[in-house]
Amino acid sequence: MIAWMPVWRIVAAAAIVCATYPAIAEIPMSERKSGYEFMGPDSRAMQDEDTANPGMLSVLDGEALWKRKAGAAGKSCADCHSDARTSMKGVAARYPAFSPAVNRPVNLEQRINMCRTDRQQAKPFPYESKDLLSLATFVGRQSRGQPISVADDENTRPFIDNGRAAFTRRQGQLNLSCAQCHDDNWSGRLAGSPITQAQPTGYPIYRLEWQSVGSLQRRLRNCLTGLRAESPALGAPQLVDLELYLMWRARGMPMETPAVRP
Amino acid sequence: MVEHRRRRVTLTVIAALALGPITGADAELRSYKVVGDAIPESLTGAPGDPAKGRAIVANRQVGLCLLCHTGPFPEERFQGTLAPDLSGAGTRWSAGQLRLRIADSTRVNPATIMPPYYRTDGLVRVAPAFVGKPVLNAEQIEDVVAYLATLRD
Ligand code: HEC
Ligand code: HEC
Repeated sequence: MIAWMPVWRIVAAAAIVCATYPAIAEIPMSERKSGYEFMGPDSRAMQDEDTANPGMLSVLDGEALWKRKAGAAGKSCADCHSDARTSMKGVAARYPAFSPAVNRPVNLEQRINMCRTDRQQAKPFPYESKDLLSLATFVGRQSRGQPISVADDENTRPFIDNGRAAFTRRQGQLNLSCAQCHDDNWSGRLAGSPITQAQPTGYPIYRLEWQSVGSLQRRLRNCLTGLRAESPALGAPQLVDLELYLMWRARGMPMETPAVRP
Repeated sequence: MVEHRRRRVTLTVIAALALGPITGADAELRSYKVVGDAIPESLTGAPGDPAKGRAIVANRQVGLCLLCHTGPFPEERFQGTLAPDLSGAGTRWSAGQLRLRIADSTRVNPATIMPPYYRTDGLVRVAPAFVGKPVLNAEQIEDVVAYLATLRD
């Protein structure tokens, strides 16, 4: 009995590997849709009207922080980058981006914290803190309408591939991959909710379910929890790679930050 | 015909006894035999309770079935559109076929999205709270089988 058990396990593992990589079809470029297109008229109106969009409060907070001097260096973001409307235009659309300092991609929040620690000589903001989200939302707002354009080169490609592997691998107690819902079943409904294509076009978003602004990583952790899968800590490399893959998958789609989502 | 043997997790048994029943968590998996595309014998050796089975199927935290399936549940407003309607399942499949489809539907269709409700090996990156635990325990599987068998139209 004991002697054949490992054999059985090898056979089972082989069967699982086959089941993990069926020919998953990426969504054709012409059929990609933002989560916006799956929403009802009320949520769309909320995103469209700056005065009704709660994410705009975050943008305003971020603008104030942009101008505030901080840290031992006594410098504000504006002291180095001046007017964000021009200096930050299109920047969020290129993140996560490869950072030679850490030799891997960093997301926008991490890039902001690198400026905090290196340039301002201030303490980094915690993930999902109001201040970090505000700055990311303010910087993201400067890319509204800009096409998503993360780098696809020899530096980033291994990390894009890593993110794709995470997206297409079955995981968790429910044994589902992201792709099984978001590539294969995006026209369907999970209970009452449209599944959507998991396009990362609007982050940070104001999510009605959260009653607050939150990051893409927070959203990814929601789906991972739903799968009853391990949920890496905020900022973990695995989540950055997943973000990078999603942005690569959404290349060319316009940024919507701050979007509203159910 | 394949025979499964599962490792006993004695510590979990003790924890489960100490804490009383934990939703969806069985302390151990019982071995079962697959014959053709069915598990002919009850996992518990006893028939399940259809009324309990109905409650499990309808419950979005326990059975999760209606996230994907529709079924004869007029009182449940939001049902999924990813899977066949459960109405008539008892005429399409024998109890043994239903049992395998719930316990481990990847054995019928390797590419299925339907979760394996009674399997704990071969899963990756399972959240710590669910490691080694099937989605439903043997009694719950039998209750669901008994309920589905009553769906005759
Ligand atoms: C069983 C189905 C299912 C699986 C598997 C799944 N998701 Fe989702 N996901 C959903 C649903 C449903 C929503 C939309 C919920 C809502 O907003 O009401 C969603 C929303 C999202 C969004 C937000 C899109 C937007 O418009 O802002 C992202 C991003 C996302 N998922 C990524 C992932 C990733 C990454 C994985 C794997 C780790 C994953 N999902 C696995 C069902 C799933
Ligand atoms: C994440 C999606 C999902 C969940 C959750 C799910 N199923 Fe399924 N189920 C499917 C799909 C898809 C099929 C179609 C066959 C296939 O793809 O393997 C299916 C097939 C079936 C079938 C055989 C099809 C038929 O003719 O009726 C039965 C019975 C069934 N499921 C019962 C259940 C029960 C009971 C539960 C909950 C305990 C459940 N399913 C949970 C997706 C799901």
